Amino acid sequence: MKTINRVQLPGLVLAISIFIFVLMAIATLLKYSPSLDLTVIWSDTYYRHITQFSFYQALLSTLLSVLLAIPISHALFRREFFGKKLLLKLFATTLVLPVLVAIFGLLAIYGNSGLLATFFDYFEQPLPFSIYGLNGILLAHVFFNTPFACRLFLQSLQAIPEQQHQIASQLGLKHLNKFRFVEWPAIKGQLAHITGLIFMLCFTSFASVMALGGGPKATTIELAIYQAIKFDFDLATGALLALWQICLCTLLSIFIQKFTSHNELNTQQQGDKNSFKYDSFFSKCWDIAWISAIIIFVVPPLLMVIIAGINSELLSILTDNTFWKALKNSFLIASFASIIAVTSAFFILLTSRQWRLHGFQHRADKVEMFGAIILVTPGIVISTGLFLLLREAGNLSHLSFYIVVAVNAMMALPFVLKSLAQPMLNNAQKYEKLCASLGVFSLNRFYWIEWKALRVTILHALCLSFVLSIGDLSAIALFGSQSFTTLPLYLFQLLGSYQMQAAAVVALVLLILSVLVFVFIEKLFQEKRVIHD
Amino acid sequence: MIKFSQTRYHYKQQKFHFDLQVKEGSLVAILGPSGAGKSTLLNLLAGFIVPESGDIKIANRSVLSLAPHLRPLAMLFQENNLFTHLSAYQNIALGLHPGLKLNQQQKQRLQTIAEQVEVDGLLARLPEQLSGGQKQRVALARCFVQDKPILLLDEPFSALDPVLRVAMLARVKHLAEKQQVTVLMVTHHISDALAVASDFIFVDQGKALAVEQISTLNKQHTNTHLSDFLNAESSNNNE
Repeated sequence: MKTINRVQLPGLVLAISIFIFVLMAIATLLKYSPSLDLTVIWSDTYYRHITQFSFYQALLSTLLSVLLAIPISHALFRREFFGKKLLLKLFATTLVLPVLVAIFGLLAIYGNSGLLATFFDYFEQPLPFSIYGLNGILLAHVFFNTPFACRLFLQSLQAIPEQQHQIASQLGLKHLNKFRFVEWPAIKGQLAHITGLIFMLCFTSFASVMALGGGPKATTIELAIYQAIKFDFDLATGALLALWQICLCTLLSIFIQKFTSHNELNTQQQGDKNSFKYDSFFSKCWDIAWISAIIIFVVPPLLMVIIAGINSELLSILTDNTFWKALKNSFLIASFASIIAVTSAFFILLTSRQWRLHGFQHRADKVEMFGAIILVTPGIVISTGLFLLLREAGNLSHLSFYIVVAVNAMMALPFVLKSLAQPMLNNAQKYEKLCASLGVFSLNRFYWIEWKALRVTILHALCLSFVLSIGDLSAIALFGSQSFTTLPLYLFQLLGSYQMQAAAVVALVLLILSVLVFVFIEKLFQEKRVIHD
Repeated sequence: MIKFSQTRYHYKQQKFHFDLQVKEGSLVAILGPSGAGKSTLLNLLAGFIVPESGDIKIANRSVLSLAPHLRPLAMLFQENNLFTHLSAYQNIALGLHPGLKLNQQQKQRLQTIAEQVEVDGLLARLPEQLSGGQKQRVALARCFVQDKPILLLDEPFSALDPVLRVAMLARVKHLAEKQQVTVLMVTHHISDALAVASDFIFVDQGKALAVEQISTLNKQHTNTHLSDFLNAESSNNNE
């Protein structure tokens, strides 16, 4: 297949457009940093400090998240208990949950006037730590990433064949030895991959650092870009830092790619129950301790969002015009962004899977990489480039809505690509010839073959990108203004001015919106199967 | 009549060269060792791959410029013949209209064929609720509703047990005769060929070495490749 198939054209055009879009942003950044001397950053003590801090906090967050996730996932793997399913569902949400909602929950517990502080106050003691600064950043990152890592480790543990458990029990391997010889190898296979992924997430994290860090001591590059532009109006520095961030992210991704074997997680695999475990009093205590710890860590902040959200400010927020405007903007942005992300991913994957079918793996990888380019050029970097580009064009406020939509769509794209790639490839591998011989093409093909078979996956991806977009703060942070806010930005402003009651209401609304989307879309498209015409 | 004239194709290191004719109304078994090019022969005819040179004609008309679904043939694959998310009825109906919009006449035709292959009671089921033999019968029904003069079988029954396999082949033969359909079938089993085929093609190393009547298929065949193949296969089957 030397020529490009007609089906592949839209995806190819899309991938190239995304690339050009990013290039335009980068070109603008280059234009605004005339010296282009990245050594400036290294010779400036402040910028050197924030670079070091970015790495430092990411490293600590990653180590904590991964090291905690190993015993927790192991304990979860060994034990069955009431509510385990629900807990795992909750684990799946922490990474997509609007960041500020979780942070509100964490503040409500660990904050200066949170639950713990009240408790200490009762004994007339001050809170022995402050949530602001490195503490808070680590707390938030561990909150988001430990459950995520747990789920991934659990999947690899569940992929251990039943026979290996049987052999282990025949050999009399007890808790520790079984872990060493049977379970640890399964975890180890995923370790590099998960560590790399979490490190990237923490390194480019924006909202957590913005809400909990931010002082000169606890600032990351992501945040410094934003501060340079929004507070200091120092466009040259902002541009230079953005370029610096691109360099670091690119190097990091290459480094991570080199050191992680490319074995895909098989999420379809229904794991066997670990039915041959050796049990003792100590093992029980050990497992129960870890499971209790994670429950106590993850559940209360979310409960607090619900409890705190129902308060006396509820009515005044609900009659506030700003709130409704923010809600409307958030809803529109998330709807457009998620539809664009899923449609783009669909077309890009049509292109790449066609190449994969014919053995052109490299071309397929490349076209998918263009779609996921946001991973090396974080949202705030793209936004900065576009912000500067549009400043020249003049009327910024007029276009900011569309820019936020576009950046959010691009940020959701890697996640959507990842969840749709394998199912769509499977569909093609199974049905490509059959469709060709029956003449099932274009719209018929989409409706009867792709949509009918992958509806659940597609809708899930849609919900995922909707929730990611509705909680995003990094694109709106630069483009937001008095007249243009979204719920996360509004929430951030309320938190910044210590209007905790009002913030609680907005956090609750965001949480409800995120959950409702999943429930609503699932119900809306519930299968109505008509068999005979 | 199906005619391959100096048809050449290559995939990676393997070269293929076919030059052969198949009579209308015959039931031809395609035999040969694994990787010899049996499936390639069918894929070229079906249009999934395009030859580098030469021509393929059906009823004196070149089909090379036609897309697979416009060629006068239906095909049954080894596996994945059914869309697992669609019911048996929908799977068959896709052979009549790619958007499943059937008129009264087409619905009637579907019903008649479904009765002939005895799947009329299974139409509401999803493929996962069907046995291996039932699945291939549903797929067979779709091939026949398509009403094409040629049927290609790429080992669709190889996963079935021997008794069921022979029964399926007998059914194919019966339907093919009734509807005057030419059948080309790839098979691993010489007994299958002997049981139903009128002719056979022996493919070895990318070439069709023999296109003859089935009665000449025996171990004393003058082609040494073929006689070696038959000896090896029969000793295999005796194990």
